[in-house]
Amino acid sequence: MMAARRWLFASPWMWSYLGAALVWIAAIIFTRGYGAGGMLIAALSLAVFTVVVGIGQMFVITLGPGNVDLSLPANIGLSSAVAMTVMAGDDRLVAIGLAAALGCGLAIGIVNYLLIRALSIPPIIATLSASFIIQSIDISYGRGLQIKPPPGFADFTNIQILGIPLLAILTAVFTVAAGIALQRTVYGRSVLAIGQNIRAARLAGIRVGWVRFATYALSGMLGGLDGALLAGYFRGANVDIGNEYLLASVAVVVIGGTSVAGGKANVAGLWGAALFLVLLLTMLNTFGVSAGVRLLVTGFVIVAVISAAGGEKKRD
Amino acid sequence: MTLGASDIVRLDGVEKRFGAVRALDSVDLTVQRGECLSLVGHNGAGKSTLMHILAGTVAADRGRVVIGGDEQKAYSPARAKHLGIRCVFQELSLCPNLTVAENTRVFHPVLTGLNWRRKAGALITSKLDEIFPGHGVGASDLIQDLPIARRQMVEVARAFTATDEPVRLVILDEPTSSLDSHTAGQLLAFMRRAVANGISCIFISHLLGEVLQNSDRIVVMRDGRTIAADRAEAFDRNRLVTTMGGTEAPTTEANAGDRLARGKTPLHVRARPRQQGGSTDLVAHEGEIIGLAGLAGHGQTDLLLAIFAAATSPRPDVAVNATVALVAGDRQADGIFPLWSIAENIGICSLRKLRQGVLISRRREDTLANFWRDRIKIRTPDIHNNILSLSGGNQQKALFARALGSEARIVLMDDPMRGVDVGTKLEVYDLIREEARGGRTFIWYTTETDELKKCDHVYVFRNGAIVADLARGELTEEKVIQSSFIGTDPR
Amino acid sequence: MTAKSSVAARPAFMPFGKTDSPRLLRALLPALSLALVLLAIAWLNQRAISYFGFTLMLNLAIPIALATVAQMFIITGNDLDLSIGAFVGFVGCVTATWLRDTPILGILTLLGCVGVYAALGALIHWRNLPSIVVTLGMNFVWQGLAVLLLPKPGGRAPDWLLASMSVKPPLVPFPVLAALIIAAVTYFGLMRTSYGAILRGSGGNATAIGRAGWSLLKAKIVLYACAGLFGVLSGLSLIGITTSGDANIGNGYTLLSIAGVILGGGEFVGGRVSPIGAVIGALTLALAASPLLTFMHLPPDWQVAANGAILIVVLAARALISRREVEQ
Repeated sequence: MMAARRWLFASPWMWSYLGAALVWIAAIIFTRGYGAGGMLIAALSLAVFTVVVGIGQMFVITLGPGNVDLSLPANIGLSSAVAMTVMAGDDRLVAIGLAAALGCGLAIGIVNYLLIRALSIPPIIATLSASFIIQSIDISYGRGLQIKPPPGFADFTNIQILGIPLLAILTAVFTVAAGIALQRTVYGRSVLAIGQNIRAARLAGIRVGWVRFATYALSGMLGGLDGALLAGYFRGANVDIGNEYLLASVAVVVIGGTSVAGGKANVAGLWGAALFLVLLLTMLNTFGVSAGVRLLVTGFVIVAVISAAGGEKKRD
Repeated sequence: MTLGASDIVRLDGVEKRFGAVRALDSVDLTVQRGECLSLVGHNGAGKSTLMHILAGTVAADRGRVVIGGDEQKAYSPARAKHLGIRCVFQELSLCPNLTVAENTRVFHPVLTGLNWRRKAGALITSKLDEIFPGHGVGASDLIQDLPIARRQMVEVARAFTATDEPVRLVILDEPTSSLDSHTAGQLLAFMRRAVANGISCIFISHLLGEVLQNSDRIVVMRDGRTIAADRAEAFDRNRLVTTMGGTEAPTTEANAGDRLARGKTPLHVRARPRQQGGSTDLVAHEGEIIGLAGLAGHGQTDLLLAIFAAATSPRPDVAVNATVALVAGDRQADGIFPLWSIAENIGICSLRKLRQGVLISRRREDTLANFWRDRIKIRTPDIHNNILSLSGGNQQKALFARALGSEARIVLMDDPMRGVDVGTKLEVYDLIREEARGGRTFIWYTTETDELKKCDHVYVFRNGAIVADLARGELTEEKVIQSSFIGTDPR
Repeated sequence: MTAKSSVAARPAFMPFGKTDSPRLLRALLPALSLALVLLAIAWLNQRAISYFGFTLMLNLAIPIALATVAQMFIITGNDLDLSIGAFVGFVGCVTATWLRDTPILGILTLLGCVGVYAALGALIHWRNLPSIVVTLGMNFVWQGLAVLLLPKPGGRAPDWLLASMSVKPPLVPFPVLAALIIAAVTYFGLMRTSYGAILRGSGGNATAIGRAGWSLLKAKIVLYACAGLFGVLSGLSLIGITTSGDANIGNGYTLLSIAGVILGGGEFVGGRVSPIGAVIGALTLALAASPLLTFMHLPPDWQVAANGAILIVVLAARALISRREVEQ
């Protein structure tokens, strides 16, 4: 028991898995076990979308204080519209549509980086300003469009293998790859180094500009991909489809154990945190509480989890 | 003078452990009124820990801390300050976003009221005038806008300011390390005056000349213990070095003859400082050790950074035709990755070399780190420990290992021996010479004349330009000082 | 010796003027941005530059300025408040309901809000938590409370508040006067008082402040309490202007307030903030947000984009000026 406790405190991101489990148990106790499996599958399906943007956001946040991508919701909105327009309801155009969504996200990432770099604007403000512009483009571009995804693509986002959503499996594989990339590739090490000490990273010969560029581009592309997937899963694109992912992407990264001070990232925690947040909402929905209470409880739980897990040890 | 009653501070059997490391092992220490006590020893000998205990920032595991005759039970930085103990630590304890006057106010809670700003400004300015005449620091200057030497001056002056709380003992931990020789001289002269006025000082320095000339008593520490304590006159340089456990300085002058004649090897760097008017360029050939001298902050670091930048993106004033690595002088700000292990810190400059396929091989990384741990004698049981588990000098060694372990043909050094103990220095000097013989080029900015003597060629800087260009044979301390202060025509 | 010291007395490498001028420019940049936006407005519509025009254009700038100042206190301590918008919204709901119907309960609630902020500061310091996550959670809490209190937009501001927000002082338009007062009060409190130096120092070098014997816990609590206080003032003034409440009324304020602090010359870390700059930054944003766009006859689809573009242009101008400064 003591050893377990110590392990738990040593890896604070485990709290998110623990929290997810507790919330799930609370929900099935309430329903007397009815729909326990279905709830988990639904949570997995929904968590995928948060995890995908969460990975991009995690790399960005790991770059160090002030780095955050606030353009993700607008990015998701625009990319979903682009993907659906290009696919035009035709199953043969799915690949081109996905490529278009990725390209759209990539372009947004590049614009973000150019604003940060060329105009020396702090990332939080640069991505915010960019998101305003993207939003307008989306409103103007998507006006009156209510585009459905091609039936094949919509089905693909809902396929289950052995009862587990295919997207969740693919995303899990991608998450593992991202974890390895972070610790074992030159790029990942560079991100971690920049997050700890950008001056030292530059003087150690790391190409800081390229790494930051690649990171914002990656975040943009993942946002674009997420937009296309969301439009497939929810059977249609709309301007507000990405709205909840602003806070959600930041929340899963940080609850998942990534340091907001930069230089320390945790990939496994992303899943725990995403499942936790999704299951929490599911549980509150099963309880049938009002929207206000739902928000209130979500907020309290986030504060409680982070307080229980505690911050990093102070460096003196 | 030797009566117990005049003891300002007495430490009895103080012990401190950090994990498995015994930092202090039953240390006794007394400081008397109006005495300058010097503390010398290797990095990691326990000097800084001892001072932190005295300052109240670290609590001893065992032992007694007696200040002014009273044993201190609940000792803290605030209590230490109240009792008149002041510290100038190696890491600057100023707030960079505040002005000089505001930083003084932080130190003196009594400075309140409507004109606190004026009072604080007057207090610090008068002390700066007293210690460093002609210091050029204004009370309303922001610390972040001041060069490091002036920050250090403010830090020192602030420690000597007195308001409601007296100044009884000032701990100076490497106070001269970022100062040029002139300002360092001002500080040491002031320290002697303060001691004559009844203030006690504990002085920590790796410059043995400073220690021998300015202290009344010298305590030598090794491996967390005090191993010698005597009147300063009883020591000389050799006795100090042998007591500390360092090896005698080998006579490097002897092998000067076998050095390469200049210009026989390929040219690696040609650089011209920004403010350079004449036609003098800095040139460095393969296998040379090039020294950059002059007062602190006169453009040496700028030139190093320019050479470093030129290695990746060409620029008109600097030509570099080989790979470059840099050893930072300010290791906290420019060198260390605090969340990483020693191995990861060493490997960061060699990531491409460490790959196996696309992925970095942990095994290769460990091999590299272990090789350099043994070669450069980084004192750690395990290279997977966090870098911060090392003492300052050993962290610096890890930074050397990072640069030397990379494939860079040119190594730039930005005064990296700041605050490093004699033993470490000698080990690193040998390594540099050996690497140079192997064809590496070193460009070395240093504030210590002894280190310039290790160079094949020295450029002296003043106001951002090269004012003297000295070959090894013509190098004397007088010439360097003369050029740094007055400047000669570049030849 | 005398000759040597007289030589060293003028090191001349860092001329004195050089240390002063970046500070001056840093301080002037926010004002220049504001002047730029004002010029653009004057060029588009001269009549806007009048007593009445300013009163109209800058009305909503007061709550934005107050929220920005609240955010600035948090940023001073190297933290970030992602909940200030929702908090302003909740305060607005309390103002439009309890403060009018049951004033005692309303006042107690608002005081309690400041207390909650202070407690958050204590919690963040005590557990060494990332403020971003805590305030992210609090964002949901305030939003939830606001929705519970006022599920549908409605309520009404107390009459005294309505009256005080529509004061027409002679010569100087009310919003301008209010901005001057806010700037003066916060400048004096944070930049000129002796404890203000400690507060800023806690963002610059917390270890040094702690070693000098100050309580970092107290500093954090004071910073958060100040943020809470100004957040409450922001909510009050907002409802005083809009007359009725809405749970989502403050949602945009979180990002606006951060942008305002940065536009005003503040930085996210290191305790480098400027109260006057923050107020100017908020005014710039408030002006750029709607009056300027109205005068430009922009189609509604592109208004949000124009907001972003203006933010970019102003910050890019700032970056350009400061870069030239560095190169000099």
